[in-house]
Amino acid sequence: MAQIVLQSKGISKYFKDPVTVKVLKDIDFSINQGEFVAVTGKSGCGKSTLLYILSTMDTDYEGELWIDGALMGGKSEGELARIRNEKIGFVFQFHYLLNEFTVLKNVMLPGLKLQKYPEAEVEHRAMERLKTLGMGDLALKKANQLSGGEKQRVAIARALINEPIIIMGDEPTGNLDKKNSDLVFDIFKQLSEEFKQTLLIVTHDQSFASNMNRIIEMEDGRIINA
Amino acid sequence: MNYKLIADIAKSLLMARWRQSMVAAIGVTFSITMFIALLGFMNGLNDLLDGLVLNRTPHIRLFNEIKPNPNQPVNLSGDFKNSHNFIQSIKSSGGRMEIYNSAAIMRALEADPRVLGLAPKITAPVLYNAGAVDITGAISGIDVMAESELFFFKDYVPVGNPLDLKNVSNSIVLGIGVAEKLLAEIGDVVQVTTSKGDRLPLKVVGFFQSGIKDFDKIQSYASLSTAQKLLGESNTYITDIQIKLKYLNTAPTVAKEYAQRFQADAEDIQTANAQFETGSFVRTLISYAVGITLLVVAGFGIYNILNMMIYEKMDTIAILKATGFSGSDVRKIFLGIALTIGLLGGLLGLVFGFSLSLLIDQIPFNTAALPTVTTYPVNYNPKFYLIGIAFSLITTYLAGFFPARKASRIDPVIIIRGK
Repeated sequence: MAQIVLQSKGISKYFKDPVTVKVLKDIDFSINQGEFVAVTGKSGCGKSTLLYILSTMDTDYEGELWIDGALMGGKSEGELARIRNEKIGFVFQFHYLLNEFTVLKNVMLPGLKLQKYPEAEVEHRAMERLKTLGMGDLALKKANQLSGGEKQRVAIARALINEPIIIMGDEPTGNLDKKNSDLVFDIFKQLSEEFKQTLLIVTHDQSFASNMNRIIEMEDGRIINA
Repeated sequence: MNYKLIADIAKSLLMARWRQSMVAAIGVTFSITMFIALLGFMNGLNDLLDGLVLNRTPHIRLFNEIKPNPNQPVNLSGDFKNSHNFIQSIKSSGGRMEIYNSAAIMRALEADPRVLGLAPKITAPVLYNAGAVDITGAISGIDVMAESELFFFKDYVPVGNPLDLKNVSNSIVLGIGVAEKLLAEIGDVVQVTTSKGDRLPLKVVGFFQSGIKDFDKIQSYASLSTAQKLLGESNTYITDIQIKLKYLNTAPTVAKEYAQRFQADAEDIQTANAQFETGSFVRTLISYAVGITLLVVAGFGIYNILNMMIYEKMDTIAILKATGFSGSDVRKIFLGIALTIGLLGGLLGLVFGFSLSLLIDQIPFNTAALPTVTTYPVNYNPKFYLIGIAFSLITTYLAGFFPARKASRIDPVIIIRGK
């Protein structure tokens, strides 16, 4: 029996402005260690909303969220930040690198925040991850000098720096051309197969999703096919 | 807490918009510069004006006032002890201005640890004779050495050597106004008539200029022995003892004690010059008000720039939060930015303020009223510099507080989804 990494128990979410709309309806599912999961569905079905709840950034919901065996409800903002830092890696649609820093520093920041390793060690690890993703040469460039595909690979390296138990992606290929999309997908695939990394990717790209080993399909705030 | 990382991020954000940061810092620099220069200059002037009074006014003056005796015989009578006595036509008694037993009093004063120094003095009303015209005036007989040491007598004698008063017998330092009326030069001999009608020729050895014109038209100085000779009194005759204390503030209480002890009138400086402290206080108040206003304006500048920076850096804040930085980390980053601006701007302001003070100190300032002052006075009290840097930090902290709080409350979901 594989270990459960993330579990959602009856999560519901309302948008209250301007009228109360229930956007997520009793979401129940769990993700095991090493799974490569896609969440798909049409635009507006609530898949991104669900991801932000699962990521602990959105705390305004009903139901229970368990990450790594711990209940997230009732934790303080600081504790949740710590969990995001330590256990979750993010890849967004719009790469969101900090333009004030170099590529290397962008990757290092969550590691420096965690303070699990000394700065030199964090730098070494960041460099290793960049090299794995074929970005070693660009380490000292400023983040805004990179192309879209390159930025997304840096974002993946950043997501990996603290060896998170799960990587979450919100349309990570949504803003990329076919070539770069494939590249990013291959990286995810490699992470999943070689390193048994757990991944939860929200996407509306069916071809992308169909290559994953588990697909959660959503419609109107419900899971219709897990 | 990882302060090094937070400082590092703050520095990067600061440098990313270094022009804006610099404008904010220049605002602080400018206000601190003006604050320091203004307070230094104002207090320099205050010291100068206070000096006009304080340098020449003894902290306590012992003398005999001509006044009605408060102990009238009827009050001493046992029969009328419990009644309220009305006495009419009381006249002042005791025409003697001399301080009795002055030598013993001076010895006692010199032994008192609270006393910094004392200078005996004789005041003699005189007439200066210029041909057919007599000009009313006064001559003070002074101990030149003590007077120079305690009351900076030398500073007020721009022409001639005040020590000649002691070395040349029958000499006089004329008030500059008196000298103009008498057309007297150094080395001339002027005729002086006392209130008793005695006439004495005195040799002019210098001119005295106090800065108060009416005073200079009347007052002249001679040595103690010359004044005693002028009045035909013995060499123990003294009308005033001027006392300088170690601590100015103790003057009123010490004065009361001396009045009792030496059976003489004792006037303290606070009673004699009640108004001068008020002037200093108001001037200081105005300069602080202007300085603080400047700082508040600079504070609003920082507030604006930080607010703009936060709108620009929404993405950065969101991503920091998404990758595990808490709200308080973000707040510390922006407070760090504000305080860095405050500290750098403030320190530069201190340097520029000091330079500006030095510059003001070089500007020529010649006035007939103040013969020894040649440039604008500036006070370099380190207190102003401490207040300046403290205020710059406090203002920037307050200016940074609300934008930083706003940044810490940014919801990353809204920013990230909003794209």
